[in-house]
Amino acid sequence: MRRKATKFELWSVAVAAFVMIILLPALNATPTGSFLHVSNFTINLYGKYLCYGLLAISVDLLWGYTGLLSLGQALFFTLGGYMMGMYLMRMIGDLGQYHKPIPDFLVFLGWSSLPAFWKPFGSFLFAFLMAMLLPGTLAAVFGFLAFRSRIRGVYFSILTQALTYGAMLLFFRNSLLMGGNNGFTDFKFIFGYNLREATTQRGLYIVTALTVLIVFLICRWLSRTKFGLVQQAIRDSENRVLFSGYAAGNYKLFVFVLAALIGSVGGMLFVPQVGIINPSEMGPDKSLEAVVWVAVGGRGTLLGPILGAFGVNAFKSWATRAYPDLWQILLGALFVLVTLFMPKGLVGLPDQLRGVKNRFVARRKNGTNEPAAAVSAAPEEMAKTE
Amino acid sequence: MSTTNPKFILMLEDVNKAFDGFKAISNLTLYMDEGELRTIIGPNGAGKSTMLDLITGRTKPDKGKIEFGKDTDLTRLNEYQINRLGIGRKFQTPSVYIDHSVFENIWLSLKGSRAVWTTIFARLSSDERDRIHDVLNTVGLSDKAGSKAGSLSHGQKQWLEIGMLLAQDPKLLLVDEPAAGMTDEETHKTGELLLSLEGKHSIVVIEHDMTFVRQIARKVTVLHQGTVLCEGTVDEVQNDERVIESYLGRKKKAA
Repeated sequence: MRRKATKFELWSVAVAAFVMIILLPALNATPTGSFLHVSNFTINLYGKYLCYGLLAISVDLLWGYTGLLSLGQALFFTLGGYMMGMYLMRMIGDLGQYHKPIPDFLVFLGWSSLPAFWKPFGSFLFAFLMAMLLPGTLAAVFGFLAFRSRIRGVYFSILTQALTYGAMLLFFRNSLLMGGNNGFTDFKFIFGYNLREATTQRGLYIVTALTVLIVFLICRWLSRTKFGLVQQAIRDSENRVLFSGYAAGNYKLFVFVLAALIGSVGGMLFVPQVGIINPSEMGPDKSLEAVVWVAVGGRGTLLGPILGAFGVNAFKSWATRAYPDLWQILLGALFVLVTLFMPKGLVGLPDQLRGVKNRFVARRKNGTNEPAAAVSAAPEEMAKTE
Repeated sequence: MSTTNPKFILMLEDVNKAFDGFKAISNLTLYMDEGELRTIIGPNGAGKSTMLDLITGRTKPDKGKIEFGKDTDLTRLNEYQINRLGIGRKFQTPSVYIDHSVFENIWLSLKGSRAVWTTIFARLSSDERDRIHDVLNTVGLSDKAGSKAGSLSHGQKQWLEIGMLLAQDPKLLLVDEPAAGMTDEETHKTGELLLSLEGKHSIVVIEHDMTFVRQIARKVTVLHQGTVLCEGTVDEVQNDERVIESYLGRKKKAA
């Protein structure tokens, strides 16, 4: 079964990669009046969704593959965003409102020169290293403590939620010198290119789409190694893993750090395309939303989270415009319906439909209406979600 | 099995363990020879599973000595460290990796490095492939190698789990109610499987089913209220006054 799915999966990935990485940017480059033209708005929107896709993969690596439901993944996403934001703030130079060589909010707080920890962020390389080191170290320390104490299940979820909430409160403080509740905005340049130019945004979009592809391929490879098998074994029977001589905690720690890094990369790409980063991105609701994307797309798969992040956000942006008063209810209803009727999400839909068709055909052949033949939604699937 | 060293493979001395004041294990003393097949019986709540928890590091004793082989103190080690010494445990309810194939279940259990980095770059060698097929032959699941473990019957899952223990090539096998939920035929087959392992490994079997116990038992230890009531052959044990009173007698009447 796994083999059969592989060929189809690879083809769909190849097609999707071609469309997202080459076709869409090419169409965006056509003149504005052309009927083939894809608007800058669309490119920018899709770029944002793809960043969310990285966040969703990071959630799924933990939840779908290791059985660790993290409700705080947006924290790592936002931390990456902040590190990128610091670099972008430095790139504004003296073009801010106050025309001082330091970011506006620092002028507002009474600073006349850069605080020491801001200085190295003039280098992108440094910002990138920090975007790996800070979330990576935080995840390593938190994960080490949590997994050493064998914190599992709902307790782990609650702790991750508390962690992101605590970080949010910290970042709201002006004294942290990270922009307080306004965060960072009004970015102007990245690598010397104007962020308001369509070509710059198109470039960022292409980099994002490529990053998603690379992360996808790495995770896909990893999930098929013996490591990946152990990871999924921890999800299905952690005791068996422990009593087979594996230090399950080390495996969880590795995945937790890797997921934090992937989330952080998503945040780094998110900020220059969206143009703002503030502490509300660390709110527990943001992490919960990411869990919804994964559930809708199909957890325990790698296409699922990307599809879910894309689909749910597209649905959300349509619903907020079409039904501004109802969109939250619609989103909630979507989540409930998917959980109830599509336990494997969008990705599992073809299999599910095939199952329904097979049962229908079988019933036709028997010529009976036996209730036994009409068992709802494959009991095997139900058992697996437990 | 080395006969040059007649030391006990497992030794529990004066072990005590209480949960919230309830004495699950009290002054438990038990010795096991290398290569021995030992059956442990006892009524519900006699402390059989708690004893396995104590040996395998899942819980720590309040008092007492638990040693493995040549003076290895098990009370200081955790589950995976104890497993790496060569102690394999089968749980009462079958615990296998339902989403992996039967073959992969055994592969993950094969003796070898358990470090994160080595598993990332591990490749299945032809030697490993052979060993996996050997194990599958032993437990009679060769034709199921490619099936998902989740699709196996209850009895087959129990055998798969025993196979996963064998793949670890343990010195000591701890088997908790292997026949639970099996048909008579499956139970008999399980008994034969365990008997075929006798001598190659030291085995502790915890069991309720007296027919099964009769099939496999050499030396039987009866646990009652967390301590050893008596030891001997099935007949000796079944004729022991205290045992009849505490356990078998009641059971006989019930049956």
